[in-house]
Amino acid sequence: MNLSSHLPILIVVIPLIAAFMNPLIGWRQRKFCNPLAVIAVSASFCIALLIARTVITTGRISYHMGGWAPPWGIELAVDHLSAFMCVTITFVSLLAIVYSKNYVEKELAEEKMVPYYTLLLLLIVAMLGIVVTGDMFNLYIIVEMLSLAAYALVAMSEEKRAYVAAYKYLLLGFTGAIFILLGTAYLYIITGTLNMADLSVRIQPWYGSWVVFVALALLMVGFGIKTALFPLHTWLPDAHSIAPSSISAVLSGLVIKTGAYCIIRTLFTVFQPRFVIEVMPVTSALSWIAAIAILVGSLFAISQTDLKWMLAYSSVAHIGFIVLGVGLATGYGTTGGILHIFNHSMAKGCLFLCAGAIIYKTGIRNIYDLAGLGDKMPVTMAAFTIAAFSMVGIPPTAGFISKFYLGLGALEQGTWAGWVFAGVILLGSLLTAVFYIRVVNNVYFGERKRREEIEKDEAPLGMLIPIVILAGGCLIFGIFPKIPLALAEPAARLLLGI
Amino acid sequence: MSLLSVIVRTATRWLIPFMQLFGLYVIIHGHASPGGGFQGGVIVATSMILYAIVFGLSAARKRATQRLRLVMESAGPLIYALIGVLGILVGGVFLEYRIIPLPYEPHITSEIMISIIEIAIGIGVMALCITMFYALAAEEALAAEEVK
Repeated sequence: MNLSSHLPILIVVIPLIAAFMNPLIGWRQRKFCNPLAVIAVSASFCIALLIARTVITTGRISYHMGGWAPPWGIELAVDHLSAFMCVTITFVSLLAIVYSKNYVEKELAEEKMVPYYTLLLLLIVAMLGIVVTGDMFNLYIIVEMLSLAAYALVAMSEEKRAYVAAYKYLLLGFTGAIFILLGTAYLYIITGTLNMADLSVRIQPWYGSWVVFVALALLMVGFGIKTALFPLHTWLPDAHSIAPSSISAVLSGLVIKTGAYCIIRTLFTVFQPRFVIEVMPVTSALSWIAAIAILVGSLFAISQTDLKWMLAYSSVAHIGFIVLGVGLATGYGTTGGILHIFNHSMAKGCLFLCAGAIIYKTGIRNIYDLAGLGDKMPVTMAAFTIAAFSMVGIPPTAGFISKFYLGLGALEQGTWAGWVFAGVILLGSLLTAVFYIRVVNNVYFGERKRREEIEKDEAPLGMLIPIVILAGGCLIFGIFPKIPLALAEPAARLLLGI
Repeated sequence: MSLLSVIVRTATRWLIPFMQLFGLYVIIHGHASPGGGFQGGVIVATSMILYAIVFGLSAARKRATQRLRLVMESAGPLIYALIGVLGILVGGVFLEYRIIPLPYEPHITSEIMISIIEIAIGIGVMALCITMFYALAAEEALAAEEVK
């Protein structure tokens, strides 16, 4: 028995088994739920690192479920992009679970604790499943599983509007799922296969057929809803701002990125880059939509006064950055887009966890009431500032590297549209600066309403450590960008075939 | 106490064993004929739903307690996943259950394992359907009380 050949399935199965053991253990003792989840996701994180090492040294891993060779059986296919996503997902969700321990005890009702961890583990299982699967229909099923867990987690919040937000998310999410199913069905009708690698070969004689055009359009709209790409983003601000903060961090940091992953997979693995760039110019359409998303998302974020709403709208803008990178379809651009998935999940995860810590300690959500928090919660606010700088893209934070790559990619296109996109990236970063610097300014230099002595009062250590690690990550991966680029760069080149 | 007539109550009492038997048949024959764990599980669950409609929610809750349902809901997927892992432990890949060393031909081993998986799915789906019905019914009962 050699476990190293089973890594792609073990990364999914370990948290899956933990998710279903959770109710049994939580029924005896609620306090064991958190350690169980931490152990399971730590194991997944270690496996993700092993997968990354294996992929870098030996290339794509293919795993045949049940011993049935593809295209008959279900294949798990892990390439550079999948490995990159695995590491990102397990890293940020592990920190979110560690953070949950103190946060959930205070912010959620006691009987919600066991379902919280079960659903969170299922959410992580689903995200990992999406990135390792090599089968189109399997992908649809797991996307649905992801969404169902996410709806329930949003509804779990103690806020009054939680049910409304979850219901809105559910309605739009199901619409998206129907689009994805229909698109997959069209592909299956003409090719008779669902395996992605097989599909990409068999679909080539059909390039130019209306069925393929419709299928691709349906898939893009479906995944667009799951990703919250600009005109389809309306569910995101409600869901992400109302969910418990640890969940917001996972939803905003990771769940919408898996939608972006699905878009990348569909465009460049199922379809050929040649088709989506030249025959049916989906990539340039996506770039323009993403450019609008960057500007509109940032403008919406500027008009918010609630901290979590602002962060949620900022996610709309930053999904724009990621999709723009994908849509540019140049070596640098796509590398930047993929890298931004990692950098944004760290920074946005950190910001939402900081927002959670602020709410945990003070209950403040309005950004104009944050004045004086720089003295009250110095570590949290320092982490918030670093993450905010990373969102803006100020060197030496990680956000700078991915935005630099995006800008290079836009100029690499060499057309007038490329210059427009470069301008949008600059303008978008400037607008991002407007609303993040406003918060940082308020925190440190804002005028205090009450002239009282402010005592240092930090969140508990269990919440502080994940925040500090994420903020540290924003700095470290900004100074040593070679580490994530070791996976992101070959991923982009393999996808584009250059 | 039920509000429904003695005829309905007696008929239900007679019907439920047959419904459950049919559900079990559909589960057990899942690997060889139409049906399977999901369908059979739902059929078994309908018998409990009928019981709840006729004899009231509180009586039904005593028959299928929350703890029992919780264990079943978790056990179903767990058994499925563990059989998958068993494939890895005996040297194959995930869910490769035909190579599990049982004293039978590979295709018989495969059949046995699929049956176990179907039963696991049946257990999980049954408990889940009952829970879903109870949750919705409890909400209805709450709303009715508020009206009063």
